[in-house]
Amino acid sequence: MIYLEIFIAFLIPNIIGYGGGPAVIPLIESEVVTRYGWLTTKEFGEVLAIANTLPGPIATKMSGVIGYEVAGWGGAAVAIFATVAPSLLLMIFLVGFLMKHKDHPKVQALSATVRPAIAVLMAGLTFRFVESSYVDSGIIHTIILGVAGIYGIYVKKWHAGWFILVGLLYGALFIR
Amino acid sequence: MVKNFSVKTQWNLAAAFFRVGILGFGGGPSSIPLVHQEVVDKYEWVTKDEFSDILALGNTLPGPIATKMAGYIGYRVGGWIGCLNALLVTSVPTVMAMILLFSTFQQYQHVPWVAGMAKGVVPIIAVMLGVLTWDFLQSSIAKLGKTMAFTLIAISAVVLFFIHPAILLVSLILFALRPRRERAKE
Repeated sequence: MIYLEIFIAFLIPNIIGYGGGPAVIPLIESEVVTRYGWLTTKEFGEVLAIANTLPGPIATKMSGVIGYEVAGWGGAAVAIFATVAPSLLLMIFLVGFLMKHKDHPKVQALSATVRPAIAVLMAGLTFRFVESSYVDSGIIHTIILGVAGIYGIYVKKWHAGWFILVGLLYGALFIR
Repeated sequence: MVKNFSVKTQWNLAAAFFRVGILGFGGGPSSIPLVHQEVVDKYEWVTKDEFSDILALGNTLPGPIATKMAGYIGYRVGGWIGCLNALLVTSVPTVMAMILLFSTFQQYQHVPWVAGMAKGVVPIIAVMLGVLTWDFLQSSIAKLGKTMAFTLIAISAVVLFFIHPAILLVSLILFALRPRRERAKE
């Protein structure tokens, strides 16, 4: 039952992914690439790149397009529902209770405790992309784009979306 | 706040969150100031203090922040219809654009320069994820202290080789919620 699989694949990252949109990226990858094999790491990278250049919430865009690739419009709807509904319903129903406890140290500790694990998952994912770039484009292009990217995104704090456009243009012109 | 189901309110909700969705480059967290501008400054649906309460609450719950904000404020302003309304205008246009672009991309992926584009973007994604990794590492150290942060990182790194990440994260969530008395004993 493909819809059920899609539902579970997007439900899990979004109910354990404390720390907002970016925190769920490695969790989504672990479901759709590693566990279900719906996409390759490279395709996942393409989805992530397009999601980053377009406006709007990233997790929702990713679940929409991956759901669509796997099972058409129904798949897209199920994936978005699994992403958005559970935490939103929690918020609406528990609002009074949560308002009272949102400053409680335990509640505060939740996202802090999960963060190191997210960092490890994110590091693993970073490594897979470096590896895939090395295999596909060779070490020279990887270093040129990597260094340019680190300078722009990390040092200069330019928006990653611009660098995705740079990467696309560079790739179209120089990488075969 | 009294819920308002009028067509005008629903229209305003749709307009507000459509603008947020379509202008929010850089994902959910970067669209928060845009939400503030619409719901606090422009339409005055919630006060400044209520907004920061809603944001804090949204941050303590898992899942994407932008849709939680849209859905919750939509619900406050216009009931379940408002909730659905705000959610749809936030996600549908960008998801449609996304599906269209990705399908086109897949169709032409064997053209050499399109294939080059796909390859050129990989190192940039790696940098982006690397920067996120660094951010998560920094904020872990800031929140938990070096010892605790690196202990959890080491445990996670070992454990993740063997088990599904969900099991690890659920264990960490339970660890964060462990009873106070046990913590005092440690």
